[in-house]
Amino acid sequence: MTSELPGPLLVIEDLHVSVGDREILRGVDLTIQEGETHVLLGPNGGGKSTLLNTIVGMPGYRVTGGRILFKGVDLADLEIDERARMGIGIAFQRPPAVRGVRLRQMLEVAARGEVAEDAIARLDEELNLGHMLERDVNMGFSGGEAKRSEMAQLLAQMPDLALFDEPESGVDLDNIAVVGGAMNALLKGEARISERTRAGLIITHTGHILEFVNADVAHVLYSGRLACKGNPLDLIEEISSHGYDACVECKLCQTLS
Amino acid sequence: MPDTQLSPGAIARLEEIRIAAESAIDKQAALGPDVDITRFKTVSEQQKIETLESLQKQVKETVIHSGFMADESDRSASYFQMDRTPIYERVQKAFDDAIEITSTEDALRLWPEEMIEKYWWRAVMPDKDKYTALVALHQTEGYFIRVKAGRKVEKPIQACLFVSESNVSQNVHNIIIVEDGAEANVITGCNVHVDVKEGLHAGISEFYVGKGAKLTFTMVHNWAADFSVRPRTGVVVDDDGVYINNYVLLTPVKSIQAFPVAKLVGKRSTAVFNSIVYGLKDSIIDLGSEAQLIGEGSRSEAVARTVSMDQSTVYSRGRLIGRTNDCKAHLDCRGIVQSAESTQWAIPDLASEGAPGAELSHEAAISPIAAEEIYYLMTRGLPKDEAVSMITRGFVNIDIPGLPDVLRKQIDKAIEETSKEAM
Repeated sequence: MTSELPGPLLVIEDLHVSVGDREILRGVDLTIQEGETHVLLGPNGGGKSTLLNTIVGMPGYRVTGGRILFKGVDLADLEIDERARMGIGIAFQRPPAVRGVRLRQMLEVAARGEVAEDAIARLDEELNLGHMLERDVNMGFSGGEAKRSEMAQLLAQMPDLALFDEPESGVDLDNIAVVGGAMNALLKGEARISERTRAGLIITHTGHILEFVNADVAHVLYSGRLACKGNPLDLIEEISSHGYDACVECKLCQTLS
Repeated sequence: MPDTQLSPGAIARLEEIRIAAESAIDKQAALGPDVDITRFKTVSEQQKIETLESLQKQVKETVIHSGFMADESDRSASYFQMDRTPIYERVQKAFDDAIEITSTEDALRLWPEEMIEKYWWRAVMPDKDKYTALVALHQTEGYFIRVKAGRKVEKPIQACLFVSESNVSQNVHNIIIVEDGAEANVITGCNVHVDVKEGLHAGISEFYVGKGAKLTFTMVHNWAADFSVRPRTGVVVDDDGVYINNYVLLTPVKSIQAFPVAKLVGKRSTAVFNSIVYGLKDSIIDLGSEAQLIGEGSRSEAVARTVSMDQSTVYSRGRLIGRTNDCKAHLDCRGIVQSAESTQWAIPDLASEGAPGAELSHEAAISPIAAEEIYYLMTRGLPKDEAVSMITRGFVNIDIPGLPDVLRKQIDKAIEETSKEAM
């Protein structure tokens, strides 16, 4: 779905988020334009998943300051499902198992209606879903199966902004390629930026997924703030040789105000 | 009742049944609230009808909720009892030589010696409690269904027991015989007229599944909020026989207590109990099943899903008794309590009686729908109430063979309505 709206797809301004009594995000600013793919790096506990869950609208993530605009609309008063229908989708790192609800039904929910058999067949071919379609979603799925199932749901939903929480964690190399291929298909990673409209925000620790997905810019979320941004591959290399603490001080990063 | 040409043995047996029943007429049941049976008069006689289409519109609309099709489409045979009168009994032409359907009292008149020797109060004891005694002493018909040896009847046989008056007791005695190698799919609905308030339904059911035979029995209860219901069911399954019991309760009831018992006497015999129960209003619901694994290689499974709302109290019981070394059985009962004023009990009960090799197991759980599952569905764009109903539907969506479409839709509708209330 091409958005006709001018301006950025997602604007996050001075976002403060608390979980329980603890402030996790302490003033995050981030702008994502249509067609851009951003990467979110940072140490465990730095707030990466908190940021994604807050954009999605999960309860328990309390916005104490700042705001999130999606397509120019403040998300503050919108429920999870309203945000999803506006075009925000997420692939969870560890999605919950739902007894009695089959993956095929989840695809229908995501596509908002019946999914044509040939569309299912294409998803099956791309993601090797096979017998998973008729199984209760995430019930006894292996790590790779869960990720493929999440990707299938996103491909059925085709959100304008896709959020990926560690798409390569707990997945073997073959599955990373499959998941990465699907992410690429979703984000149309091979087209030029000017021709793309869907945007992505990817949490990754290892950067392996970037062998399959072209990302435009990476950010380091450190102590509740976006400490720096830069070229994704450069940043990952810097972090893997010097660690996050050194990275946020380094010259490669364009320190944000 | 049979005439005077009965053999001395049969006469003695009938006398035995009467004496046993009389001794138990005040005997309270082991489970469930006690019902004062003296408060009700016996149901009345009604006019016979030529065709089911001539039933009152309101009656037709009521019975369709329990899967009873007045137009007899996709049915092989029908039995309709209004109050105490079997007003309609018919076997579709194609199944004329495969199925016998009549009232149990007529069956007793037609084949007295055979009935008394093999089937009459053989699977349920008349002195079990006051309700069995009531039926033994004041029986008001009930259906008799026999499927002949080797005949596999796929199209369902339908039976409806209907109560149209208030303050009465309907005391039915039902018998189903599926002879060796035969198969039958029986759908029974118990319904009351929309205007009926108080009443009692005491229903004795004795089912006999022959060697290599299969009976799928689906029962849908559609009672009134002030009705008391006390079914007593005994099933005997012979070698390689299969008994599948499906039970659905989606409407309020004053109280129901039932605990059908399957005696798996045959080698490699099987009993499966599936039940979906909605506790609504101030219903008191006490349901369970017992499988006695007697024959070598016998197997049993019981799957129960209960959702309780309002001020309802639901007991979900299951008993497995292993009496042979080579037997295996499993209970799976799960409940969701959707109201702070509702109570649920899950009571699994396993026993191995002199059978060290018996493998018996159970899973029982009462828990809410996890919030994270609801949020998960919402992230795909589904509003909260639809997410709750989809998960609840999945929860009760156990694989029930032989469940008519109309019932599946009925269950879906009940879930939809109760999910909205639960928000």
